[in-house]
Amino acid sequence: MKITLEGLTKQFPARGRKAQGVTTAVENLSFEVPDGKLVGLLGPSGCGKSTTLNMICGLETPTSGRIFFGEQDVTALAPELRGVGMVFQNYALYPHLTVLQNILFPLENLKGENRPTRQQMRERALETAKLVQIEDLLDRRPRELSGGQQQRVAIARALVKTPRVLLLDEPLSNLDARLRLQTREEICKIQKKTGITTLFVTHDQEEAMSISDFIVVMKDGVLMQQGRPQQVYDDPASLFVAKFLGTPPINVFEGEVKAGQLRLAGQAVLAVPGAPDGPVRAGVRPEGFVPAAEGPLACALSRLEVLGRDVSVVCTHPACQAGTLRAILRTAKDIDPAAGGVRFALQPDKVFLFGRSDEKRIPFALPPL
Amino acid sequence: MRPDQDTAAREARLRRRDGARTALQYLLLSVWAVVVLFPFYWMLLTSLKSYGAYNSEHIPVFFTLQPTAENYINAFTAVPLGGYLLNTLIFSLLTTAVMVVTTTLAAYAFARLRFRGRDLVFGLFLSMMMIPTELVVITNFVTITNMGLRNTFAGLVLPSITSVFYTYLLKENFEQVPDELYRAAKVDGTSDFKYLWKVMLPICRPTLVTITILKLIECWNSYVWPRLITDDPAYYLVSNGIQEIRENGFGRENIPAMMAAVVVISVPLILLFLAFRKKIMEGVSRGGTKG
Amino acid sequence: MDRNSRKAWLYLLPALVLLAAFLLYPLIDVLIYSVEECYNFASQTYQGVGLYNYSYVLHDPYFLQAVENTFVLVVITVPISTLLALLISTALSSIQKLQQLFQTIYFLPYVTNTLAVGLVFMVLFQRTEYTDGLVNLMLSWFGAGPIDFINGPHWAKMFVLCFYTIWVVLPFKILVLTSALASVDRTYYRAARVDGTSRTRIFFRITLPMISPMIVYLVITGFIGAFKAYSDAVALFGVDLNAAGMNTIVGYVYDMLYGDSGGYPSYASAAAVLLFAIVLTITCINLLVTRKRVPA
Repeated sequence: MKITLEGLTKQFPARGRKAQGVTTAVENLSFEVPDGKLVGLLGPSGCGKSTTLNMICGLETPTSGRIFFGEQDVTALAPELRGVGMVFQNYALYPHLTVLQNILFPLENLKGENRPTRQQMRERALETAKLVQIEDLLDRRPRELSGGQQQRVAIARALVKTPRVLLLDEPLSNLDARLRLQTREEICKIQKKTGITTLFVTHDQEEAMSISDFIVVMKDGVLMQQGRPQQVYDDPASLFVAKFLGTPPINVFEGEVKAGQLRLAGQAVLAVPGAPDGPVRAGVRPEGFVPAAEGPLACALSRLEVLGRDVSVVCTHPACQAGTLRAILRTAKDIDPAAGGVRFALQPDKVFLFGRSDEKRIPFALPPL
Repeated sequence: MRPDQDTAAREARLRRRDGARTALQYLLLSVWAVVVLFPFYWMLLTSLKSYGAYNSEHIPVFFTLQPTAENYINAFTAVPLGGYLLNTLIFSLLTTAVMVVTTTLAAYAFARLRFRGRDLVFGLFLSMMMIPTELVVITNFVTITNMGLRNTFAGLVLPSITSVFYTYLLKENFEQVPDELYRAAKVDGTSDFKYLWKVMLPICRPTLVTITILKLIECWNSYVWPRLITDDPAYYLVSNGIQEIRENGFGRENIPAMMAAVVVISVPLILLFLAFRKKIMEGVSRGGTKG
Repeated sequence: MDRNSRKAWLYLLPALVLLAAFLLYPLIDVLIYSVEECYNFASQTYQGVGLYNYSYVLHDPYFLQAVENTFVLVVITVPISTLLALLISTALSSIQKLQQLFQTIYFLPYVTNTLAVGLVFMVLFQRTEYTDGLVNLMLSWFGAGPIDFINGPHWAKMFVLCFYTIWVVLPFKILVLTSALASVDRTYYRAARVDGTSRTRIFFRITLPMISPMIVYLVITGFIGAFKAYSDAVALFGVDLNAAGMNTIVGYVYDMLYGDSGGYPSYASAAAVLLFAIVLTITCINLLVTRKRVPA
């Protein structure tokens, strides 16, 4: 089932007794979750992504705009009529009910001809439990389960009424690092197995990048960019998106463009044909640095961090915004730690230019491969 | 089939039902508010009616056009209401002050000091919370009588100047003060008593205030023990005073004067409550039970 | 004993001495009193040891009347006040406007003098030669005849006593339940709404189980409190409760100890011990029943 958001806006009355006016949590948001795909809604905390999720599942009513499931307008529909399954951040498992009772709970709410018999309910609950591999835990209570197990019970409870859409709010934030890795693959696997259209909210870009078919990046209630993870990473529309995606983060330099050349601290470092003259911010991905004896970017070497698989070179450059920059190399053989300095050439497809005031992307022509 | 219209109708129906529910809720709440407030209104109203006017009302009247202060003057002149109030004030302040001292010292010992058998003593101490006052009042009555302390303030306050429950509350609060502060103070050569006075008490002031207020309320309303231990009206507290007024006071029929006395007795506590509303309600919900 | 221990005991001394003298010693002493036969208060002598005091009390019609009154009071007020408190606090926690105001009003009876306000209730319910009183006025609007609630039939007096008791105990119950309801995590309700759970089902399947420990606490303390009822009755019917036929067990104890009918600490002790045997039994039953039904 495809989810479509059209110009969705949500305003709250301003907080505080005397405060006037409204705060806008989500502004004119439009995007689409394609049928059967896993989409990550990504943004820093407070960017309106949870509000968006709540509007999709019907817990909040949008101030304006419309929500469609397939062709059906569900904007004014009560949550239970939308056919959504929701997994809450703290799972919201009822502590006084057993795992099985928790999973049965949504089915027992059904009325009229939709209501399955007791036997059918049980079968469906067991089937779902098997899907998320908790069939051995059915008689336990939530507090007797580990975080990862609770997460699966929550997913089972959301899936048991075979919803058209599965929504997950920060599904991994309550788990420790090891479980997080394991659980996100689990979620990915369950989604693939059921083929259910899934939208999940997260502030962790790595989480979103690793399992999503598409990602949607938000900031301050506004859509910043959407697309396949790799595509957004390789072609960020703004400095915010470029900085938000990728670990280690992108290195940002203050520079200027003069006569088709990017100049950092007065030194021409890269040909950027087609970019207009003027001050810019230049972002360089850590993997975009190529050590070269005659390279145009001369940096002072601070230290080398050998991480086994690759090497992280930490150096300083006068134009670098953060003071230090970090380059990731396959090997350190081209670098002489004793030299005190290192020179880099830049890989053009790993360099992005942004306007200094609006921080929007400034395109330039890449040399043919 | 027009599903949009269907949904709209359904929404409207739901909204109407929600509205009805809210109205019902407010109705219920208002009814109970009236039940709670009405006695207060009635006592105030009656206390403002003159004796003659009140007694000529065969059918009670819900308002008065000629409020009079005569009943309040009566309450203070015809019966020693002022004396009752003063006694209660002395009794409440004395009991509360001494109780705060004894419970603080005990709570500090349990929370901070290390000594052999502490956990055992504390366990016994807690189990004393189970002992009901009604059971021990008999012997206490005999003890105080034998000590010749009837009709004295000493006799009135002695059994209630310590409290297991408040000691427990304070101890819990004291234990939340980080150990590092105590060690730092010890390094600086601070004595235990000075540490208690200068560090613990200021930090735990909110709990102390709560305990003080709850104890004051309890004292102001205490009835059974003062009744047992005083038969000289010069030592009556307000509860006993009001009972005395009811039995022998203005004459049974002078209801307006009685109500004036009731208002005078109730007002101090209501003011105290309105001033410390948050603290009192928080303290009570932490486990205070009346009496 | 080392210096630290001595200091600790010094801090504990005032509290421990007082508790020993006025709580621990009396507890033992009351048991002793209750088996000393023919105790004479003036000479402080007794003639023998046995269970005569208990037998006397158990055959005393005033005691039996007091036990009956107390049980009626308990059976009526505990369930009604708990249900009413549940109803009111549920309504209270689902509104936004005026919540604070209502909460403040509802708490007022807690801070007022039971004796004093009891007098107001007496005035409201009493029927005198001059007037039928306010409650009877209201009854007459519905065509019900005047009833003297204070000096009239036993059931009417019992009604006033129960009404006043509920009025007095509700503030505490409403407060406890309102804070229990407020502490239920909102996410549970959101999850239930996504699943289309009806309000009734949310209340019975989620809210009620979540606050059930607090309800159990209220029922148990409610039982204990109602068994100890006394000053409410005094406030309404005066000191001579036996004459009014409205005595309670605690009232019986005090009457045996002091006042016109007093001077019998042995009987008082026996009655007090019996009362707490009853309270203890009921509390244990309560705990056993709830232990099974409410998972901690």
